[in-house]
Amino acid sequence: MSSETKPTQTYVEKPKSLVELRAGITSGAVKAADLAAGYYDRIAAVNPHLNVYLSLTKERAMEQAAHVDAAAAKGDPLGPLAGIPVGIKDVLVMKDAPSTAGSKILEGYRPPYDATSVARLEAAGAVLLGKVNCDEFAMGSSNENSAYGAVRNPVDTERVPGGSSGGSAAAVAANLAVATLGTDTGGSIRQPASFCGVVGVLPTYGRVSRYGLIAFASSLDRVGPFAANVRDAATLLGIVAGHDPKDATSSPAPVPDYAAESDKPVEGLRIGIPAEYFGEGLDPEVRAAVERGIEDLKSAGCSVKPVSLPHTRYAIPTYYLVATAEASANLARFDGVRYGYRSPASESLAAMYRHSRDEAFGAEVKRRILLGTYALSAGYYDAYYLKAQQVRRLLAEEFLRAFADVDAIVTPTAPMPAFKLDEKTGDPLAMYLADIYTVTASLAGICGVNVPCGTTAAGLPVGMQVLAAHLNEGTAFRVARAVEAAQG
Amino acid sequence: MTAKVTVEDVGRVAELAQLELGPDEAARMLHDLNAILDYVAQLNELDTAGVAPLAQVSELPGYGGSGVLRADLAEPSTDRAAVMSQAPETDQVFFKVPKVIER
Repeated sequence: MSSETKPTQTYVEKPKSLVELRAGITSGAVKAADLAAGYYDRIAAVNPHLNVYLSLTKERAMEQAAHVDAAAAKGDPLGPLAGIPVGIKDVLVMKDAPSTAGSKILEGYRPPYDATSVARLEAAGAVLLGKVNCDEFAMGSSNENSAYGAVRNPVDTERVPGGSSGGSAAAVAANLAVATLGTDTGGSIRQPASFCGVVGVLPTYGRVSRYGLIAFASSLDRVGPFAANVRDAATLLGIVAGHDPKDATSSPAPVPDYAAESDKPVEGLRIGIPAEYFGEGLDPEVRAAVERGIEDLKSAGCSVKPVSLPHTRYAIPTYYLVATAEASANLARFDGVRYGYRSPASESLAAMYRHSRDEAFGAEVKRRILLGTYALSAGYYDAYYLKAQQVRRLLAEEFLRAFADVDAIVTPTAPMPAFKLDEKTGDPLAMYLADIYTVTASLAGICGVNVPCGTTAAGLPVGMQVLAAHLNEGTAFRVARAVEAAQG
Repeated sequence: MTAKVTVEDVGRVAELAQLELGPDEAARMLHDLNAILDYVAQLNELDTAGVAPLAQVSELPGYGGSGVLRADLAEPSTDRAAVMSQAPETDQVFFKVPKVIER
């Protein structure tokens, strides 16, 4: 091989399954401490090329691994995630660990408590490796809005991993963690999962506690898992889901055994296909891969029928009004008083607020705060914010009607495969359109899963979005399993 | 909903949001806000007369129960010293800020 052509740099590596890893740890064949140390070695080697981890929580991780190994040696019962190395999106707080939300305004902040979802993973035995990169305050579709630099896609380092949970998706794709937590407000779990070729779960609104999540848009924000396969993602959701007295929006509904749900056959399930998600603007290779996935579902015994979601085209404008209005309120707390960055030497309180926010917020965060403040301001509230909330109801009711006839709805997750770094940074609207197929489920509060369903000719992953009705995650997992199984 | 945002509007909104924008930044935001507001104006195509606004999805039929409030009982909260350790300026009891009122 004397060819001088530049090889495409790829860092893709598939993590072992939870079942396989846990069997090794239970039997003592694998030490949790060795597993964690191995992951830290790989992070040291690979992270400089991908910029996935913002900080490592090695001391806490190795302590937890030692606990797991001691319990395994004694034959004590082990948690369902015993010794499993996971990464946490940096918008979820971890006690005494850096929690930046990808923003300069929280540089140096060490929160005094754990997010509920993080604490639940650890209580199940997981080893928390560290905090992973994301767009600033989860605002972005490419991870290029992080104040700590963009994450690179492990499949092709010239491309974005998607966003805002780009670090969470890239960590699993590059085997820098077996699984991760991310958050999804308008597509921030599903879209990066699609770009990186991994499984990402949008749970029903209220299914997973947001206590300890640094809020972006409170009526939309969700916490959900990433994993290398559907069953592992289902297992993780079962651990983090469930009512939390510390989150008044968390649902009291019982949590099913999602992994067992995902094992059920799909024969007889009714799958809806909305034409609105297959129109203009959809990349032909993405369309072809998703259509092959639909054929696989038919072969597995599903029936497929068209469903109509005519308000889909209004979802992006609705989303960007609702989300920015809520963001402008949520981000008012960052004022340099109680935590985070304070601009030095301001002569008055008002100047201190303005200078701190001006110096430490990035351009996209300012843009969204301004848009949201404008939409909520006197004289514009009815025309923008109220109007968007009305359209939000139309969008949600349209889904409820569709789910009267079908068990799941299948669409492309994103209109395109991973795009190049800097391709869309100059045009906020073009960036927003990367979320065109994901914001609808966010507004409606329903659940969904991104499952890889093929690649483009250039080898870029394509994701299928499987949507199901409120609290019907089990059905979404079943359908996603069938698509995954057909990939071979 | 088709009102063009002016540079004065950007200044007014920035003030409401406690943001300070330099002249270049204000010009860029003016351009971006107008582009985004032009785009969202397509919502005007929809007749939403009589449609109740949806603020929370828990209002939807079949959602499966809204959140549950916990009992109103006093419980220990986060330790003051742990909270104060994160403050930019504090006397360990209060947060300190620059002067609010000129005398």
